[in-house]
Parts: sequence; structure tokens; C-alpha cells
Amino acid sequence: MPQDRPSRGLPEGAALQPEGLVACPVCDALHREADVPPGAQARCHRCHTVLFAPHLNAMTRIVMLAATAAILMVAAVFFPFLEIDASGLHSRSSVFDAIMAFSRGIMLPLSVAVAALIVVLPLVRFGAIAYALTPMVFGYPPPRHAAAAMRWAEDSQPWAMAEIFVVGVAVALVKVAGLAHVTLGPAFWAFVALVLVTVLKDNIMCKFTIWKTLEERRPS
Amino acid sequence: MQVHDMENARRTQTLLTARRAGLLGCRRCGAVHAAGTAGCRRCGSALASRDATSLQRVWAWWLAGLLAYIPANIYPMLLTSTFGNTLENTIIGGAIELFQHGSYFVAGVVIFASVMIPIGKFIAIGYLALTIDHPGTARGLERQHLYEVVEFIGRWSMIDVFVVAILAALVQLDFVATINPGIAAVCFALSVAFTMISAQSFDPKSLWDAYEADDT
Ligand SMILES: [Zn+2]
Ligand SMILES: [Zn+2]
Repeated sequence: MPQDRPSRGLPEGAALQPEGLVACPVCDALHREADVPPGAQARCHRCHTVLFAPHLNAMTRIVMLAATAAILMVAAVFFPFLEIDASGLHSRSSVFDAIMAFSRGIMLPLSVAVAALIVVLPLVRFGAIAYALTPMVFGYPPPRHAAAAMRWAEDSQPWAMAEIFVVGVAVALVKVAGLAHVTLGPAFWAFVALVLVTVLKDNIMCKFTIWKTLEERRPS
Repeated sequence: MQVHDMENARRTQTLLTARRAGLLGCRRCGAVHAAGTAGCRRCGSALASRDATSLQRVWAWWLAGLLAYIPANIYPMLLTSTFGNTLENTIIGGAIELFQHGSYFVAGVVIFASVMIPIGKFIAIGYLALTIDHPGTARGLERQHLYEVVEFIGRWSMIDVFVVAILAALVQLDFVATINPGIAAVCFALSVAFTMISAQSFDPKSLWDAYEADDT
């Protein structure tokens, strides 16, 4: 078994101990775990899903990016997002206003959902990731509930929809364009930056590597 | 970037899966355990070789999503009042209006996100669930890709709900122009959420199981 090919599928009939093996989460194919150098990728032999893709100093970078994203989120929520002028009337709205737009009567659940999807969920995700990984950046063992925090951060990922919201803003701008003059506020750019930072963070975050590291550094 | 992609011509049958080896692979972190282990030592997730109730949940959420999608298209999504006249726009109506104003690209985005993605998603999930044991001529990788596309793209349908939220928050100019959300916005948001849960309920390993038995 060459060291640099951790994702080779195992032939049938090999003597198997569960330790040191890794099963593809998508197709169940078994592979022998090996050290993948930073910058390289190990893919599943059968379905080509990326299993390991570690990055250099990934922990530090993830924590820093999560902190940046959290700060940007606060700016994005409370600064004016869009300003509109029509027939001498002027209105500006922040993301906070957009969330409150549904807060009347039957629309209240929708308002809560929008708030959760674009602000609360992303923020709590950043917090959970920072909680689980920050101690390890400074050489300490992971905190007690690190695994629970990471599980939650992974499960909530599809529901954190800040980037979809940004595209929604663009569509809304075109829709209003005939009706009124619209200008983009600072919060819009904070949101765009937030999306970029989030994409960057998710890209260097290799889940399998993080789980492995959490296990190795857990105080026993 | 260095990529180790271990492609070769060996048949899937000669590839050992955790289930065939009598082991349990964690769906979250990949760690392998002896059969009968309840929780993953690495990440703490509950372990099961295959998710037996997965297909039931897929269909239940699929149906809920479809039921919510119908009123989402019949009822108005946006209520626009300009100088005292109220205009009610459904999803399709809003897209047609954009088209008539010459915003072809944005009209395309709305149609794609609100009509084509949801309908395509219903068909794709239905197809994968129906053919779970009998993939026919479709190859494992093709079905896997279809599943990944559905999972990736499904959440983007939420665009229209956000557009309505933004418009309703922004366009509150008293008599000149006011925009309010319609009931369809709620139905549509629910439909997207339900189909997302439906896709997530899928156990991707079950897509691959059919190839183990009869691969010759
Ligand atoms: Zn695989
Ligand atoms: Zn696990």
C-alpha cells in the first residue's frame, strides 16, 4: 500500500480491523487511512467523493475567517442596505427591516424563517466552529462539547442562506428599477464580503480532517 | 493541487464496502467500527449500516413539498399598490412582467429558481427514490451526480422568497408605491424547505447498493 494513495479501494478478503480504515460516507467503499499531505486530495475510489483535503494551517485560517464573517454579519444587518427614491419620497432599509417586513399576522413565521436563514443560523454556525476549533489553534485540547458543536455546524450548513439572499437582492433591484431610483448601501457590500469569506472558509474546511484531529487531540 | 483520484477499471464488485466487510462506516466522519457499535468514537453520531426509514421520510417530505407547491403557484406572491391600484402577482405573473419590461436575464433567473428547479427537483427525487433497487441502465456515478445536483441546487429556489422580503421592506412609499408579501410566499418557502428535507433524508449509500449484487 503506497503511502501517497490513501484512497485506494480495498480488495475483498483482506483481513480487516476497523481502526485505520475509512468508509466513504456516500458509497460505503472501504479505504485504508493514510496521511494526506496538505494541499493534496484523497478521493473515494468508487464514487470520487473527496474524502480528505487537508490545508496548511487550516484550523487557524478557519477560525480567523469565521471571526471575520461574524463581524461582517453584524455590519450587514444594521447598516442601511438599500435606499430608494421615488416621486420625492425616500426610504432606506436594512436587513433588519427586510426581516421585519413579514412580522405582521400570518406572515410572522416567514419573518422568523427569513431571519433564521440569513442571519441567526450563519452567526451561530460561525460561533460553533470558533468554539470547537479555537482552543486547538493555541495548542489546547478541544473543549468538551466540540463534537456536538461541529455536528450542529455541519447539519445547519444547507440552511445558512446568506449567499442566496445576496442574489435575491440583485433580482429585487431589477424589479424596482422601473418604479424608483435605488442605491446600494454599505451593508450590501458587507454582505457580499461575507459571502466570499464564507465560501473561502468552507473550501479550506475538510470535515474528515477536522474530525480526525478532534479525536487525536481529545483529552483521554 | 495534487489530486489522487484512484480511478481504474476494476468492477465495483471487487471493491469492498463496509457493509460487506461486516463493519459500520460513519456517515459523518468516515470512521469505521465493528458491527453492533451504537455511536461513532470519533464524532459521536449514531451509527447504522443503512438508514431503514430513509425512503419513507423521503416520500413523506416530497409529498408535503408538492402539496405546498400548488398553492404557491395559484395565490399571489406579491401585492403591489401604486397610486391606489393594487396589483396581484403570482410567481409566473411576476416573471412574465419582468420579461415584458425587457429584463430577460432576471426573468430567466426567476423562472429558473422558482419553476424549473422545484419541478426538476420533484422529478429527480421521485426518480431516484423509485429506482433505488432497479437502476436500469443508469450508472452509479450518474445517479450520484444527479443526487448531488439536487442537493446543491435545491436551496437556491429560496431566491424568490428573499426577493419578496426585500421588496416588501424597501418599497413602503405610502401612496406612491407599496409592496406586500402574499400568501404564496409562505407556501413557497415551505415547499422549498420540505423538498430540501426530502433530499437530505436520502441515504446516498442506498443509491450504490443496487450495484453490489448484480454487477457482472
Ligand atoms: Zn465513495
Ligand atoms: Zn463519525
